[in-house]
Amino acid sequence: MTRYLLVRALSLSLSLIVASVVIFAVIEVIPGDPAAFMLGLNATDESIANLRAELGLGGSLTERYANWITGMLRGDFGTSYTYRVPVAELILDRIWVSLPLAIFALILSTLIAIPVGVIAAATRGGAGDFSIMGATQLGIAVPNFWFAMLLVLLFAVTLQWFSAGGFPGWDNPAAALKALTLPAIALALPQASILARVMRSALIETLDQDYIRTARAKGLSRSQAIRRHALKNALIPVLTIIGLQFSFLLAGAIIIENVFFLPGLGRLIFQGITQRDLVVVESVTMLLVFAVIVVTFLVDIAYAIVDPRLRRR
Amino acid sequence: MIEIEHLTLGIRGTPILDDVSLRIEQGEIFGLVGESGSGKSMTALSVMGLLPRGATISGAARLDDVDLLALREHDLRRIRGNDIGMIFQEPMTALNPVQTIGDQVAETLLIHDAADRVEARRIARDRLDRVGLSHIGLDRYPHELSGGQRQRVCIAAAIALHPRLLIADEPTTALDVTTQAQILDLLKGIVAEENMALLLITHDLAVVSDMADRIAVMQNGMIVEQGDTAQVLRDQVHPYTSALFAASAHQPDRTEPTRSNAILSLRDVHRHYPGPRQGFARGEPVRAVDGVSFELQRGESLGLVGESGCGKSTLTRAILGLDPVTSGRICLNGAEISPAMPRARRAQMQVVFQDPYGSFNPRWRVDRIIAEPYFLLDAPPRGIDRDDAIARALEAVRLSPGDALKYPHEFSGGQRQRIAIARALITRPDLLVLDEAVSALDVSVRAQILDLLADLQTEFGLSYLFISHDLTVVRAITDRVLVMQAGRIVEQGETEAVFTAPQHPYTQSLLAAAPRLPDDIGERYDALV
Repeated sequence: MTRYLLVRALSLSLSLIVASVVIFAVIEVIPGDPAAFMLGLNATDESIANLRAELGLGGSLTERYANWITGMLRGDFGTSYTYRVPVAELILDRIWVSLPLAIFALILSTLIAIPVGVIAAATRGGAGDFSIMGATQLGIAVPNFWFAMLLVLLFAVTLQWFSAGGFPGWDNPAAALKALTLPAIALALPQASILARVMRSALIETLDQDYIRTARAKGLSRSQAIRRHALKNALIPVLTIIGLQFSFLLAGAIIIENVFFLPGLGRLIFQGITQRDLVVVESVTMLLVFAVIVVTFLVDIAYAIVDPRLRRR
Repeated sequence: MIEIEHLTLGIRGTPILDDVSLRIEQGEIFGLVGESGSGKSMTALSVMGLLPRGATISGAARLDDVDLLALREHDLRRIRGNDIGMIFQEPMTALNPVQTIGDQVAETLLIHDAADRVEARRIARDRLDRVGLSHIGLDRYPHELSGGQRQRVCIAAAIALHPRLLIADEPTTALDVTTQAQILDLLKGIVAEENMALLLITHDLAVVSDMADRIAVMQNGMIVEQGDTAQVLRDQVHPYTSALFAASAHQPDRTEPTRSNAILSLRDVHRHYPGPRQGFARGEPVRAVDGVSFELQRGESLGLVGESGCGKSTLTRAILGLDPVTSGRICLNGAEISPAMPRARRAQMQVVFQDPYGSFNPRWRVDRIIAEPYFLLDAPPRGIDRDDAIARALEAVRLSPGDALKYPHEFSGGQRQRIAIARALITRPDLLVLDEAVSALDVSVRAQILDLLADLQTEFGLSYLFISHDLTVVRAITDRVLVMQAGRIVEQGETEAVFTAPQHPYTQSLLAAAPRLPDDIGERYDALV
């Protein structure tokens, strides 16, 4: 088990290094001068030279890369050109929206998907399965911003249970959670649809296994066999998808953040791109890569918890 | 005690069982014999009430005075595991891989509220001790156990509540002969000790002839003959019974080979794998093949027998040039075999595996499957020559040239094995490696394929390397035999000599463990022909 974890950790740190090199290369080395790019066509040579100095574009490639990495390790992500504040501060503000939103959506999606997938698998071919498959098909096909607008119309405009957007901050946790509820639902529904389908097919495959027949021969009912034997075995593909979905939710909420006027990471990176603020783009991208890699590591640990065969490696 | 009367079963309109009646007394071992698809397993599942969806059933299956077929699911659940236990063929997959064996045995008790958690674990320990696993902890997982040990766990779980009837569906088919003998012994002992009834389902006549008090022979969903084992074996009233026995003891007609020079030679072949991980270091390397030398003469049929894990698969892969050897030399027609050898050398040697269906691309037509080895040749025949060669290969294996346009799923298991042989013949190889090539086939089909192989050997002057765990088959088709144990050849010699007077203790134990039909049955068959 220790070895398994160490090997996973090693491979993840390697991916982190490779990812940082790629991000650095794409932004700094690809043709064109970053400073000139950021300032646009009408910039004077002097202002470009100033920006170059400010961005630390003077040294050699390896020097700049080393500076960037060591800076990040110290928590210094550089200064945003457009906002004129340290990027670390920008990220810190927004992560308190994006991270809770992603976790909220993920919990919702998992809580919906697992029971729904299990019901579909248990009633395979029946009316329950048929309607669940139909509903999840719809959930995958319909874009989440459209769900978001429906939710706003129904719960904010008509029923007035929730506000239509904005984020009050965490001073009042209840209000903050309430503000995140509709966006989380909008994010969760399509994810839950995918996850429920994965759960269903994994469980159906597991139910055909010999050990389910053994369990039935011992006197377990169908539902006992599902609960005690099939579910845990069917969890591996589900965990994989949950890991992928978390990464997506963290960064992929751009549209939902815009619909609900949430100051999240998605909006930050979007603004960074439109305003050509490469420092922000670079840092947020690296942060997201880091998050994805950490989640992958957590999923690997979860695999080992579920499956004893992995612990021995 | 259990009485099945006029059981008739159909699944979605397909008739499966037709008027099956049998009776098993307490303390009796009842053998149910038949080939695949004859309805043996479905008979058992009917009794358990575990039939697939879409099954329509009539008749009765009475346990004492209760008709199981009339019970509702809720009541059946109380019977399963409690009054009737069941074990299955594939011990490797019959246990939940993510649950400890202790929990899986204790579950039988817990699910029937027969004990609390602590007591259930104590009983589980006791039952595991009874099936010979006293050295295995309750907290072990199935993947840490061998196939034989896993089957013992299944037995422990099935007998945890002292059922009156134990159903064993091909319990030893997936196991080695020595393990099979131990498991059969164990079952026999438990039956005597607990005075329970055992319904032993098998395709292997030799297994039931050793074990069962009474047997029934099934064919196409019907019981064609039943009675005392000795009597059924002796009389063989029904033609199917005698055909089945004849096929089991079938000896293909083989012409004495004209042996000449060695076609395949191995000199001190070693194949080592890195040892198991111990923290960050590696243990001693595993010597899967540990100094094997032998020669295979042209026109000869050489058997290689050994139990799983003895290294015969590793050796086979090295001989086929799929894996490198650690040291030593393998030569085919004087040229060295290695993964990097020229393709043309591979064309001189072809292989037939156990499961032809798994080795065919299901979306390819038979002509493409058969002609695939042509890519080994620098100038393969094209157009009409190619079609001719395919037609000839199909005819050689007694299929029709028209079959070239069909897909694999349109054929039976035996026919698919014929296609696999046709594919192996297409490049006109000198050597055919038959890796458990008839192990998955029913006895009657197996007899036909063995005949075919004997004919082809004469027709094409082929040499065979016949790898199998099945001693009967090796005895029937080979001239010489090698016995492999723990990576080494422990005994070799003329097949008959080795089988009648084995020298090495391992060979002796293998032969002693192999279930045998009573001796006169083979002779009776010979007298018939």
